[in-house]
Amino acid sequence: MTRDGTGMAVEAQGLTLRFGHTLAVSALDLAIPRGSIYGFLGPNGSGKSSSIRMLTGLLKPTSGQARVLGETLPGGEEKLRRRIGYMTQKFSLYDNLSVQENLDFVARIYGVPRAQAKQRRDELISVYELSDQRKQMAGSMSGGQRQRLALAAATLHRPELLFLDEPTSAVDPENRREFWERLFDLCDGGTTILVSTHYMDEAERCHQLAILDLGVKRADGSPQALMKAMNAWVIEVAGDNLRELKAALGNEPLVLSAAQIGARLRVLIHKKPDITDPLHWLQAKVGSRSLEFVRASLEDVFVSCTGAHHADSRPEELAHVE
Amino acid sequence: MWNRIWAIVTKELRQLSRDRMSFGLIVMIPLIQLMLFGYAINTDARQLPAGVVDLEQSSYSRALILAAEASQVVQFTAQYSSMIEAEAAITRGEVKAVLYLPSDLDGRLLRRRAAGENPELSEPLGQWLVDGSDTVVASSIRGLRNMPLQEVVDQAFVPGSPTLEVVQYFNPEQRTVVNIVPGLLGIILTMTMVLFTSAAIVREREQGNIEFLITTPVQPFELMLGKIVPYVLVGFVQIAIILGAGNLVFDVPVRGRLDYLAMAAMLFILASLTLGLVISTIAKSQLQAMQMTVFVLLPSILLSGFLFPFEAMPRPAQVFAEALPATHFMRMSRAIILRDADIFSLQYDALALLAITAVGLLIASSRFSKRLN
Repeated sequence: MTRDGTGMAVEAQGLTLRFGHTLAVSALDLAIPRGSIYGFLGPNGSGKSSSIRMLTGLLKPTSGQARVLGETLPGGEEKLRRRIGYMTQKFSLYDNLSVQENLDFVARIYGVPRAQAKQRRDELISVYELSDQRKQMAGSMSGGQRQRLALAAATLHRPELLFLDEPTSAVDPENRREFWERLFDLCDGGTTILVSTHYMDEAERCHQLAILDLGVKRADGSPQALMKAMNAWVIEVAGDNLRELKAALGNEPLVLSAAQIGARLRVLIHKKPDITDPLHWLQAKVGSRSLEFVRASLEDVFVSCTGAHHADSRPEELAHVE
Repeated sequence: MWNRIWAIVTKELRQLSRDRMSFGLIVMIPLIQLMLFGYAINTDARQLPAGVVDLEQSSYSRALILAAEASQVVQFTAQYSSMIEAEAAITRGEVKAVLYLPSDLDGRLLRRRAAGENPELSEPLGQWLVDGSDTVVASSIRGLRNMPLQEVVDQAFVPGSPTLEVVQYFNPEQRTVVNIVPGLLGIILTMTMVLFTSAAIVREREQGNIEFLITTPVQPFELMLGKIVPYVLVGFVQIAIILGAGNLVFDVPVRGRLDYLAMAAMLFILASLTLGLVISTIAKSQLQAMQMTVFVLLPSILLSGFLFPFEAMPRPAQVFAEALPATHFMRMSRAIILRDADIFSLQYDALALLAITAVGLLIASSRFSKRLN
């Protein structure tokens, strides 16, 4: 089924990108199997967009290289153009062209034969529910409609590999769910998808994901495996004066994070040999409040991976978990 | 390849037709500028405000003043009683020049008559005090130095016939507008062509379209060509407007062949458009593109020969001006429109425009890399 025989859509070794003195992406290794949905999870500035741009050939890596669909980067970008699709973070089609005109333009740029292009355009307009907007200017459409148009444009030439850079950042939760259904449809059709997100629920839907932070890959694997292999215990504390307790626990070196969730405080404790019984260890610090072991979530994995610097000042976007 | 270029051309045209303001400006800029410059730019000064100091107050002096006014170069608006007062009025900017007629004007006239046609013995009758800071004003007044005296005194004082006679070809009435309109073609086209294309790539960059575009199979050269072709059409529309209105309103003739003019215009439009593209690949924002356009536009107005004779400029300025498309087109358009010149006699300028286009396209395509870093 694969041209290069490895079964991998993307393989990267040591991809590094430096802008002046800042390291945007540091020694990124990737192995993304064909036919899967692979996620990049990380806050803004974690290197998600830069990594995608290197893999699409838009940015030349400072060092390292990648094989994308069997083509070596840097070098093979032009051969790759027709085989990949890219949906940019910011809407990048033309605001003063209609849905139909935008799609026609994209079809001609990709050299899709005229008759076929018309058929494909109409098919996409119906699949992505844009029939009512067919003649509407893209600039006057809602976030969800624009996003569907962008996805239609990115998939018009039936790419084998689709890059989506934070595709759902401008749409509401309802549209996000629908959007993911469409991604699974594409994936079923054999398209490999690489999607970046800062939403935990989206990351959880991926077959595999990489957690990026400050340009470094902190962990990768399937969401389930990541949760299982997490290097921390998760304990929830119930009781009063949780704010005070949170501040006190923040000074404990072995407490990775303490975050209030409703009437409880979710505490992540580093799995270290010097703690044999974490419940007992924590009880000593929380007094009479009740404790309970809970199942790790992807967010816990994220917090434990990215370390203490996100524990206190948790990035806005991570609070969006549904 | 042609498919992709054509896709970009039609996309540009469609976007342009939806941008009503730009669309309107394509027509209004040449019309308004033509009216403005056609009426306003005049290198022979007329009706300059002037004063007079008449110490003689005789019929001769009054006749002399009337004769000066009849030349239409000056219009006497003030009387001063002394040279000091007159100088103060020039300093204040009240008048541009003062005609000073001394109290012994009568005697001077007599002595002049006695000298007959022997110029060494004659002395001036009076004096023009001129605000010489504006050289156009100064030279116009200098023209009054040899004011004919027929109307003042009798025929005996007419100086001998001029050494050389001047025959004025192509613009016998010496109307500035005849020279301005063909030149204005170059200026207005420089402005719109360079401006439109200099914004073209930058706009796609600013609005984020470029990030999508460069992941497609489109090649830089195709993108550049697709971007300029629509504006070639715009350029020809503007030429038609300027020449049409120039002919109707200002009676400026088009003596040469229109196909020659179209060829020259095509070369010039292409050169200007590629210049705009080069700017577009350098500028980071539309504002920067605008500033760089002005940087091209000003020398095009001042150094191309549009306002001042090219030949009168110092050598280094001429060399610099040769790099401006407007300089070459200015020569070609005036030659074809006013002198009915053959395009094959304008090879040098045609080749220069082609060279500018080729170099520009090369620079623009190589500067536009399909990468973001």
